[in-house]
Amino acid sequence: MSATPGNGASVMAQPLPHSPNPRVRLKVEQASYAYSATDRTAPKFTLGPVSFEANQRELVAILGPNASGKSTLLKLLAGLMKPLSGRVEVDGAEVSAMDLRTRAQRIALVSQESELLFPLRVWEYVLQGRYPYGRRLRFESAEDCLMAGNALAQVGADGLRDRWMDQLSGGEKQRVILARAMAQQPSLLLLDEPTQHLDIGGKVELLRRLRKLADENRYTVIVVTHELNLAAEFSDRIALLHKGKCLRIGTPEQVYERDVLEEVFDAPLEVEMRNTGRPRVLLRGR
Amino acid sequence: MRPLTPRRILGICAALAGVLFIESVVSLRLGAYPISILDIVKTIFNGALGRWNDVPDEYKSVIFGIRLPRIALGILVGSSLSTAGAGFQALLRNPLADPYVLGVSSGAALGAIVSLIIAPHTVGAVQLAAFIGAAATVGVVYFLGRRGGQLDSATLLLAGIVAASFLSAVIMFLMTTLSGRDFRGMAFWLMGDLQTPPPTQNVAAWFAFLFTIFAIAAGAIYTTASDLNLILTGEQEASHLGVNVNRVKLVVYLAASVLTGLAVSVSGAIGYVGLLVPHAMRFLFGTDYRLLIPTSIIGGAIAIVLADTLARTIAAPTELPVGAMTALAGAPVFIYLMRRRMR
Repeated sequence: MSATPGNGASVMAQPLPHSPNPRVRLKVEQASYAYSATDRTAPKFTLGPVSFEANQRELVAILGPNASGKSTLLKLLAGLMKPLSGRVEVDGAEVSAMDLRTRAQRIALVSQESELLFPLRVWEYVLQGRYPYGRRLRFESAEDCLMAGNALAQVGADGLRDRWMDQLSGGEKQRVILARAMAQQPSLLLLDEPTQHLDIGGKVELLRRLRKLADENRYTVIVVTHELNLAAEFSDRIALLHKGKCLRIGTPEQVYERDVLEEVFDAPLEVEMRNTGRPRVLLRGR
Repeated sequence: MRPLTPRRILGICAALAGVLFIESVVSLRLGAYPISILDIVKTIFNGALGRWNDVPDEYKSVIFGIRLPRIALGILVGSSLSTAGAGFQALLRNPLADPYVLGVSSGAALGAIVSLIIAPHTVGAVQLAAFIGAAATVGVVYFLGRRGGQLDSATLLLAGIVAASFLSAVIMFLMTTLSGRDFRGMAFWLMGDLQTPPPTQNVAAWFAFLFTIFAIAAGAIYTTASDLNLILTGEQEASHLGVNVNRVKLVVYLAASVLTGLAVSVSGAIGYVGLLVPHAMRFLFGTDYRLLIPTSIIGGAIAIVLADTLARTIAAPTELPVGAMTALAGAPVFIYLMRRRMR
């Protein structure tokens, strides 16, 4: 682990600048962001600068306590905000310079669920993921239906297509939201606290599914989460944020050091190494 | 479940247009001067071909002079208000949004009255002033309706109510400056009334002018229909799916204000149509805006022509303002929707 607090350089073998690695999908270079201090309801907050890369088939978890900058970083990756300095590239193109539809064809964002204003069926919801591929008024083509159907099948939600969105359980809804993102056929899949409303079974199932999607669909998956152990179990790499700074980036065993985690999460923690080579975090008893 | 196709939209719209046609013929027949359906069809047919010698004078004046313009005005007003309502509901992400409830109609009415006082004989000035009044009111209500930087549903409605009562007070103040006869006409107009005579002799050209404005504004909203579907699931999500949210909001804001101004300038503030009709159409045909906007256009016309026919026949020979009829039906539905949302 050679990452130093502040610059967050990856410990993975980095490609040399002159020999671009075709597998590198997401490249974050010294990206930073600051919320303006004029908004009186929120304190001024600065993120970064952050640097890391993520490859095809990689699952990267972004961890950190509340208000550590996780969601801000995710928004920079999604192109919803332009970094104040540095750049975020997907497949060699700068995200903030992409036109909206191109961006939506490459990056899918699964955010914390928002309230639907009017009832919508699952099938209609998933078809919305085809929007970036449509023409004006965007009447769905046979290909759109095929893609949406495939996405539903892949998350095991085929039987839900005629159900209403507001009548789904938390786990079902999460799968359908994931299916809409997959219907976008993205290369980069971003998820903002997707496990929030799920029970433990649902959380494991979701992470297992994301792992599978990364492996089989060649997605690059970035997950913002609070689940330390699930992140350690399923991700290739972990970015640990604290107070707007990227403290560590690396494999779970490189990032999970007791002193660091205790400081970041302000809790008495224990880290033990399992025989799978992946660490496990325990709450230290009194 | 099959996706929406243009063919399905056309089929549903044709059926609704058939309902509107039958309703219009029935409405043409009803009134103090009885005319048979056969005579109505004959008169319209001959009139459309310009064969005025074959048309009895009394039929000509009753059908072409009174009843048909009134139905045309009803269609224009109903379609405009329903489309504006559907647009405002998506723009403000609020199912209770309606030009009347949000005070936008009052803003348009104020604009119209000011223009009647300043430039009473300029054709088109009332429409322009009503549009400006509507657009300004939407802007003010939008900013008053925010809490912590976010648009808040309840605050928005309160802002609309406050705006409406403030604007009504200003309108009352201005009306006291008018003479007695003007005052009564104006008061009737404010409650929503389809009897306003065209400001020019050339009725056909006048309606062509009004319907052209309507077609441009409603067409502009329709080009954003699939974007609005996504905005309904959240602005940030829509933006991430490739929707240019700010452009869509600007188009809908301007076009819905034009439509409200247009309707109010010719008929006063008719309430609840923009709320009732889009909800009825959602209930019947689903929430997809690509289908909702055309069905609301025709459904709004059906609703107003029905309300106006009832308004002029229920207590005949006395005529009620059509706005009173729509409020009688609309207020209970508003309360029902509000209570269902609170649960």
